[in-house]
Amino acid sequence: MKKKLALLLTLLLALGTVLSACGGKNSAGDGGSEKEKPKQEFRVNIKTEPFSLHPGLANDNTSGTVLRNTFEGLTRIGLDGKPELAMAEDYEVSEDGTVYTFKLRDAKWSNGDPVTAHDFEYAWKWALDPKNESQYAYQLYYLKNGEAANTGKAPLDSVGVKAQDDKTLVVTLEQPTPYFLELTAFYTYLPINSKIAQKNPDWYKNAGEDYVSNGPFKMVTWEHRNKIELVKNDQYWDKDNVKLEKITMHMIEDANTELSMFKKGELDWAGAPFSALPTDSIEQLEKEGILNIKPIAGVYWYKFNTEVKPLNNVKIRKALAYAIDREAIVKNITKAGQIPAMAAVPPSMFPENEKGYFKDNDVETAKKLLEEGLKELGYKDVSELPVIKIAYNTDEAHQKIAQAIQDMWKKNLGIKTELENEEWAVYIEKLHRGDYMVGRMGWLGDFNDPINFLELFRDKNGGNNDTRWENPQFKQLLIQSQKERDPEKRLELLKQAEKIFMDEMPVAPIYFYTNAWVQKDNLKDVAISGLGDVQLKWAYFE
Amino acid sequence: MLKYILRRLASILLTLFVIVTITFFLMRIAPGNPFTSEKKIPPEIEANLMAHYGLDQPWYKQYFQYLIKVATWDFGPSFKYKGQTVNDLIADGFPVSLYLGLEALFIAVFFGILLGVFAAVRQNSWVDYSSMSLAVIGISVPSFIMAAVLQYIFAIKLQWFPIATWGSFKHTILPALALAMMPLAYIARLTRSTMLEVLNNDYIKTAKSKGFSERVIVYRHALRNSLLPVISYLGPLTANIITGSFVIEKIFGIPGLGAHFVQSITNRDYTVIMGVTTFYSIILLLAVLLVDIVYGLIDPRIKVSAKEGV
Repeated sequence: MKKKLALLLTLLLALGTVLSACGGKNSAGDGGSEKEKPKQEFRVNIKTEPFSLHPGLANDNTSGTVLRNTFEGLTRIGLDGKPELAMAEDYEVSEDGTVYTFKLRDAKWSNGDPVTAHDFEYAWKWALDPKNESQYAYQLYYLKNGEAANTGKAPLDSVGVKAQDDKTLVVTLEQPTPYFLELTAFYTYLPINSKIAQKNPDWYKNAGEDYVSNGPFKMVTWEHRNKIELVKNDQYWDKDNVKLEKITMHMIEDANTELSMFKKGELDWAGAPFSALPTDSIEQLEKEGILNIKPIAGVYWYKFNTEVKPLNNVKIRKALAYAIDREAIVKNITKAGQIPAMAAVPPSMFPENEKGYFKDNDVETAKKLLEEGLKELGYKDVSELPVIKIAYNTDEAHQKIAQAIQDMWKKNLGIKTELENEEWAVYIEKLHRGDYMVGRMGWLGDFNDPINFLELFRDKNGGNNDTRWENPQFKQLLIQSQKERDPEKRLELLKQAEKIFMDEMPVAPIYFYTNAWVQKDNLKDVAISGLGDVQLKWAYFE
Repeated sequence: MLKYILRRLASILLTLFVIVTITFFLMRIAPGNPFTSEKKIPPEIEANLMAHYGLDQPWYKQYFQYLIKVATWDFGPSFKYKGQTVNDLIADGFPVSLYLGLEALFIAVFFGILLGVFAAVRQNSWVDYSSMSLAVIGISVPSFIMAAVLQYIFAIKLQWFPIATWGSFKHTILPALALAMMPLAYIARLTRSTMLEVLNNDYIKTAKSKGFSERVIVYRHALRNSLLPVISYLGPLTANIITGSFVIEKIFGIPGLGAHFVQSITNRDYTVIMGVTTFYSIILLLAVLLVDIVYGLIDPRIKVSAKEGV
């Protein structure tokens, strides 16, 4: 018996040594040492199967990532983050800012067909046609009668987009839209080869002869839920500036697998914006000095249900917001260089918002506000305050943040809280229904304009408001800003609106999002916009 | 026998009906719908979508329409992957899962029996101890940890295999191994213990005394009789390996059917939930039936017809 045990132990020990011997140093990538010209092939993981690679149907980031590289709109967001002319060669805006006339350049689809103004008209009307069930059709509501046509209240012909001839596109807007050239770079505004789409309505379902595009790359392989392969589009008008020959996009769910593949050299990139790094690896990568971090236009915030006692009191809301130590949260929990948020609009749009409207972790003021708030509500002291429920969707990071905030509110203000977590779809329903007290939510900009972060709170019952908060002055300022043609004055109006918003505090901002990733050292010029959108048009290996 | 099979098939249909019904209602009770998202879509668009997919109809209508769809094996379009039907997803994903599953099954059975026989024949030798400690590790380490360890040793350190993705035969080896480890260990232990039992039987002793070589005794006489429990374990195992590989598929980035089983629920992708559940149920029920039939064929002591009352 003793002999047996000894043998078993020896075996286990041996196994242990073998395993631990494998745990040596972590080599970071294998690039850099080749002398000959590097292969211009980019390999990346996009995590999931895209919802749809039809520009009019796509409604998610993954599809967007593929479409931005295969298609091209009237404009494209350049390396500097600003919209530049792409399919359009030139444009004119009418005096009142509602009519845009675009002149198209001589460009071709990947099968050699010319890109015409009709292709744009067709694509936009297709997306607005209610029978095509585009979930992102509302991105086109800026067009005159766009919303009416999409909801069946007006014929499609009345929509404000018209191909005057093959090279001239006239776009009429519902109202002046100062950021319209940002929008025309967005994927719902991409053109479709109308000749093919009319002949074969299923053209977008698979790669093949009928899947044609007009951007820097064209899709040659689409193995559903396995991989997508793009190659350089030799029909692209600006092909001289495209250096990558091939792009392989894998679809691997597991973030740890992705990172291992990167470390072994099977991928050239791991992490945002294509997918996400495993949260617990970020600290280690940071130490190794290979982590890249870039702020993006997105904010993580706690929404207050302003119709529930005691959150109907602005001073209580403010006390809660002020008593959060954001610095501690981004340093100890999220760890990817996030910026503490004391404002609603990200600093990439309002640079001064890096400081924000109030002091982070201002416990003194918070205590004072709480006192006053309690009095206004008729409570004698904190112990009479109802228990505040903090809701979040089931996820490790959300949970840790909620626990930290629970602790801060208890320590700083003596407020009792309870945590509630739910599965994602259940959670969203609950928030949209207003069946919550305090709940976490994230918000990412669709295009580069502050209106993105304010508009959702314009109407009490707007689809994404959730806080049930409404303010006539705030609303008025937003409406005014839409009509203002002078960009400086317009931003001023939006700033004023944000100030009101932060005074009323229907949400407590926590932090502004960042993109964190690792990449091959010799990979250059991958364009990541302020929104976190990625383009590979200019990318190359040195 | 035929009567028995027909009877069983009828009970399978009934079971399927119950599964489909329960799944349908559980799915609908869960809050949210396939169009739930962080950025809420305008109510008009949502209403239009609901109408298009028939989700605005009263529940009993949807339920009966659904039963018809299942009966005609047309599960409809996926909500999450536009332009792909559930039938497409199954047709794409199942062959991958099946291939992976069969490879794992082969590894598990072949090496499991081999280890078990060696261990039994050389009882209490180092062969026995090392194969049984391996078996203990195989049974106690969960497959996702096994997967990470395999990736680390064979892909990152030794660089013999790719870490993940699906393509050539080389890509299949690590995931198949990870998937096979648990059943392999189980089969090894099972084989060893029955083999030991058989080796102590009188007829083996007789064979020995007649002067047959050890090889003949072990492989011709003992092994055959000790395989019975292994075969009976194969049925549930096959179903298990083929349907339960989603963790391994996720880690290795394999486009199999397993991922749909889990993700469709988070996505509230109603049609996929129903389609995959029905499909898996059929596989499981058939596997169980098959085992019961094979049981009766191999071991005459078990009479299938005796079970008719069940």
